[in-house]
Amino acid sequence: MSEDQIASPNVLSRFGGLTGLRLGGVVVLLAGALAFPVLFPNPVITNYGVFALIFVAVASAWNFFSGFSGYISLGNAVFFGSGAYALGIAARDWHVTGTGVFALLPLSAAVGALIAVPFGLIALRVRRHTFIVITIAVFFIFQLMAYNFSFTGGTTGLDAPFLPWAAQTYNNPFYYIALGCAVGAIALSWLIRRSRFGLQLRAIRDDEDRARGLGVRAMRVKLSAFVLSGAVTGLVGGVWFLYLTQVQPPSGFDPLFDLSVVLMAFLGGVGTVSGPVLGALIIEPGQLYLTANTNGYISEILLGSLFLVAVLLVPRGIIPTGGEYIRRLTTRGRAAIPVTSQGAAAQVADPAPVQEAQR
Amino acid sequence: MSVLLRTEGVHKSYGGVRALDTCTIEVDEGTVTGLIGPNGSGKTTLFNVITGYAKADAGEVYLADRRITNIAPDKVFALGIGRTFQLTRIFPSLTVMENMLVASQHHRAGARKRAIEQLEFVGIAGYHASLAGTLSYGQRKLLELAYILVADPAIILLDEPAGGVNLSLVNHIAARIRELNAAGKTFLIVEHNMEFVMGLCHQVTVLDSGTVVAAGPPDIVRTDRRVLDAYLGEDIEDIEDTDEDPDPSEGT
Amino acid sequence: MAREIYQAIVDGILVGGVYALMAVGLTLIFGVLDIINIAQGVMVILGAYLSYELAARLNLDLFLGLLITVPAMFVIGVVIELAFIRPLRGRERTSMTLLVSYAVALIIEGILYQTFGADDRQLNAWYVTSSVHVFGFYLPYIYLFGFALALVLVMALYGLLYRTGFGRSVRATMQDETAARLVGINISRVAAITFGIGVAVTAAGGMVYGATNSFNPNSGYDLISRLLAIIILGGLGSIGGALVASVFMITLESVVDIWQPEWAIVVFYAALVIVLLIRPTGFFGRKAVRAQ
Repeated sequence: MSEDQIASPNVLSRFGGLTGLRLGGVVVLLAGALAFPVLFPNPVITNYGVFALIFVAVASAWNFFSGFSGYISLGNAVFFGSGAYALGIAARDWHVTGTGVFALLPLSAAVGALIAVPFGLIALRVRRHTFIVITIAVFFIFQLMAYNFSFTGGTTGLDAPFLPWAAQTYNNPFYYIALGCAVGAIALSWLIRRSRFGLQLRAIRDDEDRARGLGVRAMRVKLSAFVLSGAVTGLVGGVWFLYLTQVQPPSGFDPLFDLSVVLMAFLGGVGTVSGPVLGALIIEPGQLYLTANTNGYISEILLGSLFLVAVLLVPRGIIPTGGEYIRRLTTRGRAAIPVTSQGAAAQVADPAPVQEAQR
Repeated sequence: MSVLLRTEGVHKSYGGVRALDTCTIEVDEGTVTGLIGPNGSGKTTLFNVITGYAKADAGEVYLADRRITNIAPDKVFALGIGRTFQLTRIFPSLTVMENMLVASQHHRAGARKRAIEQLEFVGIAGYHASLAGTLSYGQRKLLELAYILVADPAIILLDEPAGGVNLSLVNHIAARIRELNAAGKTFLIVEHNMEFVMGLCHQVTVLDSGTVVAAGPPDIVRTDRRVLDAYLGEDIEDIEDTDEDPDPSEGT
Repeated sequence: MAREIYQAIVDGILVGGVYALMAVGLTLIFGVLDIINIAQGVMVILGAYLSYELAARLNLDLFLGLLITVPAMFVIGVVIELAFIRPLRGRERTSMTLLVSYAVALIIEGILYQTFGADDRQLNAWYVTSSVHVFGFYLPYIYLFGFALALVLVMALYGLLYRTGFGRSVRATMQDETAARLVGINISRVAAITFGIGVAVTAAGGMVYGATNSFNPNSGYDLISRLLAIIILGGLGSIGGALVASVFMITLESVVDIWQPEWAIVVFYAALVIVLLIRPTGFFGRKAVRAQ
């Protein structure tokens, strides 16, 4: 079997469909996303769009670290809030006004990345259970700091500079910026997944010690992914701050933030590229709607219940479960030749096609 | 024949349990050496100490003339010592090919090509795109062997390669080991399957309670009083029955 | 100044005892089921609300009310384990159960909001507001009673674990689940009952917590973060560790509170981080193999 016959397994082939079809689908989606504010100019609708895209980015960033490595982080709000606060503090102290604030967005990303370094160095040395708890602890530390420091504005928080834009189209620039962030996060996620780096992350998820034994520099790999995740999440936090024009400790560091993000990733399919996207697109608009139209507590109950339902019924998420379902439909009646993943290979108990080496 | 791998007086305790006690073994280059002993005699612990998965409390490990005591597993691997596990350790959510690529950390160029070669050698090349988690137990053993071969190790430590698999696969694995040995690779094999050991190994070392009780060619070791004592009540029947072609010059 | 410090230490020890009660339940659940029950915090609050309702409607003394709330919470715990934890399987089980318990916590919190509203409440009784004056220290009766209750329950728990057949099964399961199965221990039963016990002790903790703090449905977050920090510090699965860590952390916080009230809680978490850097398995944690 020659080298070219064994195609490099990438995320596209996972769905059992043609590469061309997949690419076409992505193009269509992108075109649709670009046209969205034009088709639905109502600010109420575009508002949903902005939030949905923000969370697409956040969920993808969460996933390319936690989903791929298996280290579940419940502290990404740390990056989100820090990105928001950093922008607010910079805008205030450097007297930036008007559209100039957008130039400060890279600062949010940088702050997210910088925080991730010591955070990761401490947190990534321990077992997975403990890791989760450390992320929770750090989250609470940051929320407390936001409340207690004077330069963060304490309980009142910070305000973003006023933007003199028309109310009718106010959301649109934010929509496109959020779209840019989302596309960037998805692209990054995809690139990581098909790279050697992503391979090492996933090996770490399966068996970290064995991966180490084979030469994978686990700490370096985990930390890099964590920092990237922090940078993207921080950036999006900055965008969110500018959009809402304000941040306070409970909103910038919201305990429900991480659970929602985790739910989005799990619902759609942890460890896949499109899973978190689908999850965010389903859950975020739902959450927004509920918060606006019911008292906030119902949305908590529903969020929790939805999560339980998702975990119990589609434990691997919609995308992988759906993909397998489609594959089962399309391979029904065919011979059990082990060509692609799951199902087919498991039917062959012994290495029947034992190929003696022609050495 | 030079000694490729040896341990000297290795001690290893887990809490109050002495797993290895003044354990000294030698593996000659180019041989297939068996490591046998009753359950709990320390065989896997010895493997763990040699390959860096456990720290020796005392004693030394040498690869040729190089002291490799207590160095990290990835360095051990990079130095040319490959090792499989009793309960196969593969990466279930990665494809077979991806599993191979993970093991190619130190040997980037031509990794894919080498991976295919090794997969073909062990016989599971057809599964290259399957998720490793869907492989049967026997296939996983082959995968584990394949991915440590990618690094072209000089010596390979196999922990129960014949355990829990059917006869045709056992023979397949034995044949692969012979081929690799003929090409110059040294083997140290932990096994309980006496037929496998006696048919394959040039030398056999016997451990009991963490220490070596006998070492030598299989025929000699098999009838050594101390070995029989160590196994008393366990596999003594098997040892006597592995003699498929009894030497006619021996009276019975 | 010295007087204040001593008072703070005494307060810390007394309150620490109560936290120990809640932490011990949490670490026991981890030790046996290998899961981190995030819902423990909100369970404490649920226990507080239950005590409140019993006191308000039936005029039942808080401690007597425990005779009802503790078994009730036990049942709730068992039901949760059977319904939501048991079905989870697979390699990701630890993370999944953590998230599931987080989801359950959210649901309970939401229900509490719906039922009781967001206002602060506090349990009341004669012993809540009065204290005994000993050696110049003020010891509120509720703290003393609460500490005594904690002692009694922890001793009962030890008795259960070390002197009964069931306790032996629990300890065996904590050590090696597969081996326990092999000797015929019914893991499912052990898991469900242990979870129930872990939750039941929170009823007791909840009552004392509710008597010594004003609470609302949101109070669970602060609680669970402290409890998590405590059990990690003490070593996941170690009951003795949970005891020591509770008293240590709460006393530390109590002392720091004298100088800088806002920072007291940060010290809590900072201490956690520092200890973990030095000893990743906590005070008495078992030296477990990392990963998986």
